Amino acid sequence: MAVPITEAPATGAEPDPLALKPDLERIEIELLLEGIFRHYGFDFRAYAYASIRRRLWKRIDEEGLTSMSALQQRVLHEPAMMEKLLLDLSINVTAMFRDPSFYVTFREHVVPLLRTYPFIRIWHAGCSTGEEVYSMAMLLREEGLYDRSRIYATDINEVVLQRAKAGIFPLDRMQEYTDNYMRAGGKRSFSEYYTAKYGGALFDHSLTKNVVFSQHNLVTDRSFSEFNVVLCRNVLIYFDKTLQSKVHSLFYDSLAMFGVLVLGSKETLRFMSHEECYQQIAPPEKIFRKVR
Amino acid sequence: MPYSIVAMGTSWGGLSAMMKLLGGLPADFPIPIVVVQHRSKDSDRLLVQLLQDATPLHVCEVEDKDLLLAGSVHVAPANYHLLVEQGYLSLTTEEPVRYSRPSIDVMFSSAADTYRSETIGVVLTGANEDGSSGLAYIVKRGGRALIQDPKTAEIPIMPDAAVKAVPTAEVLPLDQLAPRLLELSRGAAKADRRTAV
Repeated sequence: MAVPITEAPATGAEPDPLALKPDLERIEIELLLEGIFRHYGFDFRAYAYASIRRRLWKRIDEEGLTSMSALQQRVLHEPAMMEKLLLDLSINVTAMFRDPSFYVTFREHVVPLLRTYPFIRIWHAGCSTGEEVYSMAMLLREEGLYDRSRIYATDINEVVLQRAKAGIFPLDRMQEYTDNYMRAGGKRSFSEYYTAKYGGALFDHSLTKNVVFSQHNLVTDRSFSEFNVVLCRNVLIYFDKTLQSKVHSLFYDSLAMFGVLVLGSKETLRFMSHEECYQQIAPPEKIFRKVR
Repeated sequence: MPYSIVAMGTSWGGLSAMMKLLGGLPADFPIPIVVVQHRSKDSDRLLVQLLQDATPLHVCEVEDKDLLLAGSVHVAPANYHLLVEQGYLSLTTEEPVRYSRPSIDVMFSSAADTYRSETIGVVLTGANEDGSSGLAYIVKRGGRALIQDPKTAEIPIMPDAAVKAVPTAEVLPLDQLAPRLLELSRGAAKADRRTAV
């Protein structure tokens, strides 16, 4: 059957014609990721392919380059370009009280478990700029648990960790966050937590007094403690299945028995070797309890 | 020419258009269907339920790394972009594109990059221009474009924009899209048949 082939109208983001040879494109991307790993130590080789391809092309377009190999040349010889690419490749889109129903369920079903512990250790893996860390800190404070909690908030990217530590978030998102906060079962007035300052919303520093921000790479680093709760929401979606499975082993090893694993609302443990080791608490929220 | 994926995008008016279109396809339609319908970021599973009631195909909201299955309609969840990989689907929370997440353009482009000439793109009713550049990209990669005749669309802005971007696309009234997809599916690449619901 004949398929009509026409030229698409030119748009600014038109990829190089080389991309029309997909197998060659794949080779070039794999070579670039291998080069980045061997030269800089950042391992993106097992990231979900369609997403990484999209973001590499975005960087190519923004630099006015035309091919994957041109990007490789720049990245391998210019550390500053690697810095830029690192920001592109680690997605840092987040929000306070993202998915409010998750926080409601966490209050109802996880907080009672946590009350039984004298000390609560929480690992927030892939915390990005920290919005969800501050959200959890507020929740724990309102439940009277914050003083005996410690949150270890980690990310691969030092730049976003610095922003998380600073605790200044865009003012124009406060309306959205206030709305999320109320629907997440917030018990106070959201505006009590921040003051408008430095052109942004500066959050109460006492929210981070029990938070340790630290760089950690889920792909290459090992477990560093035993936790009662591991939160990793919308981070593993950027990994392929093999890497997801590897990171789930890391989480399993890092959780105390009856500890709680929290994933993003569209993530699953299906087909993971540790699937049988967890029970889902209160579906459809992706909150799992380690039971064996 | 075998096809491996039907990528469908719609916005305003999309629910009733899709109910009609998917209702016209049989349970053994051999090509996986992937749908991006613009909706509010907090919308629940109602869309999936309504579509399921209208079609013998299996309708599901996508979870990360779901396998693409023949006989299934994979619906993008609210507030995530949907990317088509070889044999499965990935989700991302990257920035909205043209104010949309999920974005039809993003899903269409990834389908075209992955399945190239084996991709059928379908644009239905809608009140913005998302989908037109993605549809053009599908055609550029050798795939096929179908557009709901804007005259039969609840809101013609989206199909109008698609017709403008892809003048060679087949433009068909809503009730002729399902028969045309069936026709195109004959000789479709053998995809894995669902074994369990």
